[in-house]
Amino acid sequence: MAGTAIHGRLKWQLGTVVELVEETPNTRSIALALCNWHGHRAGQHVDVRLTADDGYQAQRSYSIASAPEDRNVVLTVERLADGEVSPYLVDELRIGDQVEVRGPIGGYFVWEATCERPVLLVAGGSGVVPFRSMLRHHRAAGGAAPIRLLYSARSQSALIYRDELTRMSGYPEIDIRITLTREQPGGWDGYRGRIDRGFIDLVAWPPADRPLVYVCGPTAFVETAADALVTLGHAPDLIRTERFGGTGT
Amino acid sequence: MALSPNFHSRRRTDVDPARVPPGQYVTSGFPVLSAGPTPKTPPADWTFTVRGAVDRPRTWTWDEFRNLPSETITVDIHCVTKWSKLDTSWTGVSLETLLGGTRTQAQHVLAFSDGGYTTNMPLADISDGRAWLVYAYDGAPLAPEHGGPVRLLVPHLYFWKSAKWVRGLELRNQDEPGFWERYGYHNYGDPWREQRYTGD
Repeated sequence: MAGTAIHGRLKWQLGTVVELVEETPNTRSIALALCNWHGHRAGQHVDVRLTADDGYQAQRSYSIASAPEDRNVVLTVERLADGEVSPYLVDELRIGDQVEVRGPIGGYFVWEATCERPVLLVAGGSGVVPFRSMLRHHRAAGGAAPIRLLYSARSQSALIYRDELTRMSGYPEIDIRITLTREQPGGWDGYRGRIDRGFIDLVAWPPADRPLVYVCGPTAFVETAADALVTLGHAPDLIRTERFGGTGT
Repeated sequence: MALSPNFHSRRRTDVDPARVPPGQYVTSGFPVLSAGPTPKTPPADWTFTVRGAVDRPRTWTWDEFRNLPSETITVDIHCVTKWSKLDTSWTGVSLETLLGGTRTQAQHVLAFSDGGYTTNMPLADISDGRAWLVYAYDGAPLAPEHGGPVRLLVPHLYFWKSAKWVRGLELRNQDEPGFWERYGYHNYGDPWREQRYTGD
């Protein structure tokens, strides 16, 4: 896959908040109107910079949740208890506010709908955010690749994009498998427990199909899932990972 | 610039701001970032090679490498994803020691790792006592997710230059961008000049 060549400097630009969606009690999607945006690829991220009254600045990276075809750039941000920027974005930001943005950034953890190879997406918690971009891109571009998303969340209330994922699972090319690790509602007919080797063996495509695999989530989740995939025989060079998790451990 | 009136600094107050490069924040954790699965190379299978534009290529086995003089260094590290970690303690061999016996006219180096990762830098940046091959962190063997058995440590550049799972250096007459450098990250990556992305 070709790299994303960035010509010239990535400049900071102002994004205006045009829509806010509470996805879960800890997570919110922020739609930004950007005047000087030249598009992105599904899976890329941006840097966001906040400036306090006293001039203090802080910046962090957030995955883009919208498809390249969508009108606005949408970020889905999870509030980190010890965070500096995320509590502001989740709790304080209002429609009409402006924040500084620069991007898109990253050219490896990306997916193009023109690629017809089966795609396996493995998400832990808010690691589902870049995959929402890929799924929406698949729909908007009329992609032919079969996509299977394995999504692990703590509980039903912690599921991000729940309704949208339910709708998407109605399309024949899209297969969504959700597992709830800590708490399942009555009548839950999905999977239970963490994504481990047994789970991946059960619900992922076999390695012989040579799917392109993307894994995104907290470090421990990504380590477990990527190790399991390699152990099961998936080629390491077909597995792309993105790890995050606040300050890490 | 847009002001965010209700935004307030939660920057740690116990940290000397002069030690934190622009746009960075200090963490006490140790985040992990890598593009693919973690390779697991046992020391018995590990070698380190210096090759390319050199008078003769050289390779060290694990035992030969561990018999070289090593030192413990305490440095601050800065990741392009904005975290910095102060006073990290590593044990390893200075690249000055490893490159000392090699004659070359090369000015560039491309480090290469298990899993296919590469990163480039000027040879001068790693041959003057500012870079190490480290095998221990905080006195314990370096964990695989942090780059073990051996990673490069070039603390004066953003941490993606400190290649995990490193297996060798290719000395080059011409600069060759590495993995992240080809995906839009800065060719040099000086955190104090905030050289995060191409053009910064």
